Amino acid sequence: MRESSPSLAGLRKRVARLAASGGPASLPAEARLTSGHAGFDAALGGGLAKGKTHEFFAADALDATSAAAFAALLALRSDAHAPLIWLRTADAARRIGHIYAPGIAELGGSPDRLLIVEVPDAKMLLACANDAARCTGSAAVIVESWGRFPLLDLTAGRRLALGARDAGTTLLMLRLNALPAPSIAETRWSVAAAPSRALAADAPGAPAFDLELLRWRAGPAGGRWRLDWKHDEHAFGEPALSRAVLPLPARRAARPHGAAAA
Amino acid sequence: MPLANARARVPELLTVAHDPIADHAWLDRLALGCNRYTPLVALDAPDGLILDIAGAEHLFGDEAGLVADAEMRLARLGMSVRHAFGPTADAARALARYQTRPAPDEAAAVRRLPVAALELAPEATTALVRAGLKSIGDLAGRPMANIAARFGGDATTALRRILGDAPSPLDPRIALPPIAVERRFAEPLGSTAHATKVLAELAAEAIEELGERGKGGRHFRATFFRSDGLARSIDVETGHPTRDAGLVMRLFAERMDSLTDPLDPGFGFDMIRFAVPRLDPLGATQLKLEGGEVRKSIEDGAMNELVDRMTTRLGRRRVQRLRAEDTHIPEQAQLALPAITAPPPMPWPAPEPGEPPARPFHLFDPPQPIEVIAEVPDGPPHRFRWRRAMHAVRRYEGPERIAAEWWRRRDNAGLTRDYYRVEDAQGRRFWLFRHGLYDEKPDPRWYIHGLFA
Repeated sequence: MRESSPSLAGLRKRVARLAASGGPASLPAEARLTSGHAGFDAALGGGLAKGKTHEFFAADALDATSAAAFAALLALRSDAHAPLIWLRTADAARRIGHIYAPGIAELGGSPDRLLIVEVPDAKMLLACANDAARCTGSAAVIVESWGRFPLLDLTAGRRLALGARDAGTTLLMLRLNALPAPSIAETRWSVAAAPSRALAADAPGAPAFDLELLRWRAGPAGGRWRLDWKHDEHAFGEPALSRAVLPLPARRAARPHGAAAA
Repeated sequence: MPLANARARVPELLTVAHDPIADHAWLDRLALGCNRYTPLVALDAPDGLILDIAGAEHLFGDEAGLVADAEMRLARLGMSVRHAFGPTADAARALARYQTRPAPDEAAAVRRLPVAALELAPEATTALVRAGLKSIGDLAGRPMANIAARFGGDATTALRRILGDAPSPLDPRIALPPIAVERRFAEPLGSTAHATKVLAELAAEAIEELGERGKGGRHFRATFFRSDGLARSIDVETGHPTRDAGLVMRLFAERMDSLTDPLDPGFGFDMIRFAVPRLDPLGATQLKLEGGEVRKSIEDGAMNELVDRMTTRLGRRRVQRLRAEDTHIPEQAQLALPAITAPPPMPWPAPEPGEPPARPFHLFDPPQPIEVIAEVPDGPPHRFRWRRAMHAVRRYEGPERIAAEWWRRRDNAGLTRDYYRVEDAQGRRFWLFRHGLYDEKPDPRWYIHGLFA
């Protein structure tokens, strides 16, 4: 039967789109970016949803490298060959340095997958992010910005997220030296460097990250994790405990609560 | 005459400083404008243009018609022009610059040129004149061996080139593109939108020819010739050969939007040329029987188009892929190359199993200076100040000693660097180095070279 009016066809399309963008339960397991750490993934219902926007805030300007590395490693764990598009402004190299491929190779990632786009300003960053989000076939798109990003308001964020959803692109917004602001991101993280487990002769060990889930649209926020990157297994893992075991504040708060209930 | 004397004689004298770079840029623009007469235009710096008009003059009636058109347009731009025709580029050039007396034909005109037209060293020219050889004709009658013995090989080469006995190849400013289509208009087009439409038609024609040859274009160039004699070229490149006219026109639209000085029709465009300077083989694509291509190739196509579009918008240096370089010097170990030229990847050094990364995630190039307090002069850093903040070193590993590449440098110079991987109290990991050993340099400086994850 032919559609009697174009509006009916439009409504049908909208219903189909709404059905497609159901809750997190509707996503199959492979449509998620996993960390490889069982507890972390389970707490998020299997990992970070693909085709969505995720924000990573560096807890401090000096934690920028940790936030960038965490986002990049999450993206590089998935889809063995798909390119990772990394958009950054031209002054980022002066602020936190060039993305250094030998370092990524040492972390077990493949630098050949990186496609680095240097844009002159924030306006062009947003324009290129829109284009990249609408392009299928990428493992993820990392949009790195420094400081406030007034152009990325709720409208611009929604446009980005819609483009990403239609193309199935995962958008990782890397917000360095910035404070969290309202956005339509699926998850929002605060990433900080954590002291590593010392190796022999007190040498710094594997990269360690302190993560805090600031916001999650599909569930409760406030989780905290401390993860190590194990490049041999190509996965995040529990930090191997050595001498100084520092229980994390969130868990410390949770344990007495549970004890009191029991 | 000094400028002060000239000013004293003519008080209202206008003076302009000599700007050779601007002169060259202007000559370049004129050369691009002269591309309307022939695709082979060579610069004869600082103030000449050589056009190879073989087979092109009939478009303007004859040689005289072509010259009249060129002189009219150049005069409108405020240029006064001397022209000459010659059987070879060198002969035409010498005639345009040195001809003083009329001659019945080109060969006679060349023989009547003064010996200065050879443009030898001043002593050689003077010696020729003293020897009574005042014109090219006089010289051409002599045995070449004698001239070479007395005035050097340059003199005979220049002479043979002017006479047309030796080839005088032209070095065109723009190489002849394998495929070019153009359209001329009786009435100039006043609007850019209309010009873009014509460009789309030309693109379709050129792409049809590409299909017949089994090739795809990697580089496309549109040249808009304005009626005042100037022209403007716009180039787009693609990372993979393409025969998609829609894609090419989208790239042109992108490029025109991002121009800092937009395409200016002036008094109108009277000719538009579409050229494909670079071709690569491209076979016909086979669709699957049930319709549609393989999904993988669609995704590759989308990614290639994104690279092309971003390269067109931002410039080719801004869209990069990283390539490994075989060197120990950290800042030279990676090369950021334009993604559009798609270099073949080189293998990256494999990580040591069980070891933390020895190279940082972010690298500063150039390294940033820091102030370091070390317990012993050539020992590891104890505390350091970077960007006005003090960091106490908790853990360190090092030194990893990296020597300068003495085998590449003739003077064996370059300082050894001692790299330390350090972690501060908050768990941030830095890559520091001391530039120089204490026996190489009295007070070596410290730098931060990178940040670890």
